[in-house]
This record gives sequence, C-alpha cells and structure tokens, in this order.
Amino acid sequence: MKNKNLYNYILGIADNSLILGQRLGELCGHGPSLETDIACTNMSLDLLGQVRSYYQYAAKIAGDGRTEDDIAMLRKEREYFNVLLVEQPNTDFGYTMARQFLFDVYHFLMLTELEKSTDLNLSAIAKKSIKEVSYHKRFSSDWIKRLGDGTEESHSRIQTAINDLWTYTDELFHQTEADKAIVAEGVGVDVTKLKDAYYEEVNAVLEEATLSVPQSKYFQKGGKQGIHTEHMGYLLADLQYMQRTYPNMEW
Amino acid sequence: MSGDQIKNLEAEFEARIARDEKIEPKDWMPEKYRQTHIRQISQHAHSEIVGMLPEGNWITRAPSLRRKVALLAKVQDEAGHGLYLYSACETLGITRDELYEQLHSGKAKYSSIFNYPTVTWADMGAIGWLVDGAAIINQVPLCNTSFGPYARAMVRVCKEESFHQRQGYEIMLKLCNGTPEQKEMAQDALNRWWWPSLMMLGPTDDMSVHTEQSMKWKLKRKTNDELRQQFIDQTVPQADILGLTIPDPDLKWNEERQSYDFGEINWDEFWQVVKGHGPMNKERMKARVGAWERGEWVRDAAMAHAEKQQERKNKQVV
Repeated sequence: MKNKNLYNYILGIADNSLILGQRLGELCGHGPSLETDIACTNMSLDLLGQVRSYYQYAAKIAGDGRTEDDIAMLRKEREYFNVLLVEQPNTDFGYTMARQFLFDVYHFLMLTELEKSTDLNLSAIAKKSIKEVSYHKRFSSDWIKRLGDGTEESHSRIQTAINDLWTYTDELFHQTEADKAIVAEGVGVDVTKLKDAYYEEVNAVLEEATLSVPQSKYFQKGGKQGIHTEHMGYLLADLQYMQRTYPNMEW
Repeated sequence: MSGDQIKNLEAEFEARIARDEKIEPKDWMPEKYRQTHIRQISQHAHSEIVGMLPEGNWITRAPSLRRKVALLAKVQDEAGHGLYLYSACETLGITRDELYEQLHSGKAKYSSIFNYPTVTWADMGAIGWLVDGAAIINQVPLCNTSFGPYARAMVRVCKEESFHQRQGYEIMLKLCNGTPEQKEMAQDALNRWWWPSLMMLGPTDDMSVHTEQSMKWKLKRKTNDELRQQFIDQTVPQADILGLTIPDPDLKWNEERQSYDFGEINWDEFWQVVKGHGPMNKERMKARVGAWERGEWVRDAAMAHAEKQQERKNKQVV
C-alpha cells in the first residue's frame, strides 16, 4: 500500500466511532425512556455515518478492492485501533453516559483540529461530523450534570462510572508511529496537544455536576496498538457475524 | 347534566363525525369514545415500542454498514411513532406512565406479530415487507379517522411505514438475487412470517368484537377480512417478482372474484399467542419491564435535578 500511514491513521479515528456506534446500537429499544433511547440511537447513527465516510476513503487509499464493509467487519481483533474507552460495555446508563462524555470532549477537540487538515477529504468529514459531535457532547455533559446533581443513587452511580472509566482517558492522547508520521505531514492532528484543554473541560463539567475528579495516575492503554480488553472479542463476534458466516456475499 | 342534554350532545357528536369533522381533545365526547380511543391508540403505541425489540435484535449483527444504519434508523422511527402516539393518547386524559403500567401488567395488548422471534437476517426483510405492509393496510384509513390527534399522527407514521416497507422489500430482493443460500434464507423467512402476517389483520369478521362501533367512529373503514384480502392480493405478485413461493398450497387466483382464494388460517395459534403463550411473549415483556425498571434511577435523577434547578432559580428571584 502506497500510503500505509494515512490508511492506519484513518482507521485509528474511524475505529473509535465504529466501536462506540456499535455499543450504542446495542441499547436501541432498551433505554431508560423513549427520549434517551432515541437520542442514543441518534448518536449511534451519527457515528456510523462518519465511519462510512472514513472507511470509504480508507478503501480508496488501500486500493486493493476491499470495500468499507471489508474494512469494518473483516479484520482480526489485533487489527482494530480504537481506544479501550469506547469498547467498554453498557454496564448501566451511568457508564454509557460517562463513556460518551469522556469520548465526546476528546472527539470534539480532535475534529476541530482535523477540520484544518491539509487533506481535503479528512477536513470535509471533520467539518460535517463536528456539528453532530457538538450535539453529542452537549447531551452527554447534560446527563453527567443531571446524574451528578440528581439523587444520592445517581450521584454515586455516575461517580463510580467516571472513576472506573478514568483509567482509559490517557490513551486518547497517545500517538502511534503512523500518527506521528501523518502529523508531520500536516494532515493529522497532534493529539498530545489536546490533553490540557481536555482535562480542563472534563474537570469543569464534573465540578458543575458536584462530582470529584479521580486522582488516580494509573492508566490503561493498548487499543491503539490493537491490544484490547476482554470485551472486544464479543463485540466483534456480533459485528462480524454475518460477514464471517456468509463470506463473499452482497446484502 | 340531564339525560336529554346528554342525548343531544351525543347526537351532535355523531353528526360531526358523519360530516367528517375532526374531534379535538377539548371537545365533548362520549366516555366510550374516549375509552375506545385510549385503548386503540395505546395499543398501537405499545406495538411500536415492543416492535423495536425483534428488529433491534439484529442491529449489532447487520451484514453491512449501510444495512446497520438503515436498520437503526428504522427502529428509531418506531420509537418516534411510539412517542407521537403516546402523546396523542395523553390528550385523552391519561399519562404515559399509566399507559406503560397497563403494558407491563399485561392489561394492555400490543400486536401479536412481535411475539415471533427474528432468527435470521432475512427476517429484517420479511418484517419490513410483510409486517409493515400489513400495518400500512391497517393504518392508511386511520389518516382520516375522526379523532384529530390520532389522524395527524397517522399521516406521519404512514409515510415512514411505507418507506420501511420498501426498505424491507429491497432486503428481500437483494437476497433473492444473491446466492442460493441467501435465497433459501429469504424463502425460510417468508415461510415463517406469512401466516402471522395474515393473522395481524385481526380475527375474522364474525369473531371481531369491536368492528361495528369502530366503523361508526371511522376508527375502521374496512373489515378485517376485507383488509386481509387486500393484503394478499397486493403481496402475492410481489412474491412472484422475488421468485419466492407463498407457503399456502390452497392459494389460487379466482377469476370470478378477481382475487386470490387462500387456505385456512390457524386461529388456534393466533389465540394462543394473543393470550400470552407465543414463542416470545414472555421475553418481550421481560425486555420492556427490565428496561423500565433499570431506568428508574435515571428518570428519578432527571426529576430531582429539574426540581433542584427550579428551586435554585426561585431563590435567585427572591
């Protein structure tokens, strides 16, 4: 492949949206209210729409006849580059919102920079996505505040979720070799530079939600290198079920 | 109010309906009209919400990204239909929570078709094509029903349903033009969904208890048997295009009636499922009740937060 770094860089971005979209899709029809159900489905739809644009572009770069679906559904677990945060399960609505919030703040900052990319395809995808993600961020931040401020039970549940997922936040700012190369070309976003703004914004929302900012300095990583948590295999088993069971067919 | 006054109101009410005027929530209406509408609209809303489950079962396993997005959007439309229908129902003086309570306790019914399992991807095609197809036949006349909020909700619902039906048929078409294995999957789905889809149009006219009154109030414009015949006549040629066989050995074109004759429907199965003993009745209710119970702390938190916000606002004003 001529531009392997760009291809891998795109997968790194797209896989986050794919896996989070898949997780949100699991909840469709099972939300705490019709309104939240519709909103979570909406976010899933937005993310998967973005994913299609990214993979279509990646397929073009790969130029080996693979389609967006081949890229989305026919890789081995070790070849998915999403961060560990997005693959975490929907333990309860608190975890779902905490995961969403911790990702949305990052996602918004990243897209704001990606829009400035010299790669016009990526810039256009970012421009379209940023409107959607700004809504996601508002939705998840509002729920963090609602749950933090709401009842004793909701406060304790959302605090637990934030504490548990905090360990996956640092990885958002790691760079792979492909990332570094693409940043150097002026195409990619240097995520290391987003870290301060990220924690500042996250901490402000947590404070408003009367939640405490976790102090742990121990973080987990590995997703960007394709080393995932134990949840990932099951998620992929669902995602890939049809493509694996009925190979080489059109749907 | 005296008996005569009520009689006058009733006569005026029936006359308005006969003139095709819409009845609005604040208008006077006979108690039976109100109750019948609460029953029918909520049953319809519940069907949308329970109907999300069998299709939701395939969202994570959809075979392509395009299909996944389309399926998500479809199931989301159903949630939206549930939302407007519950709202239409609430205008009759009942809350959404009360309606949920009726669903969860088993007092309220929902369409029995959703008590069948979705076991292959082709079921997503068959449901869109057949189940949404039958629903449209049932629902198009409701766009002109007498109760305003219901009629208006149905206009939007029907538009989206017809889109869903085309989407379902397109899934079937793709399967039927695919490999032999895909075509076999499509045939198998048709075999399983055909008869339940016919049952969806309700018991035969001689067994249907609500027909007469519902016709008068324009909640119904055709009888169940007429609707079923219309569905069959419309669907058989579509199956021919797909190259699929309708699983009814007695199905035959009747030149004289210009309609299809068809075989005996297994009404024992229909009543078994209606009474709660279908393949998925218990699972569907467990999923609904489970989601509601698991969500209680979230809804409580939202209420508590809203109240606290209000208090803070009030304090600021003082």
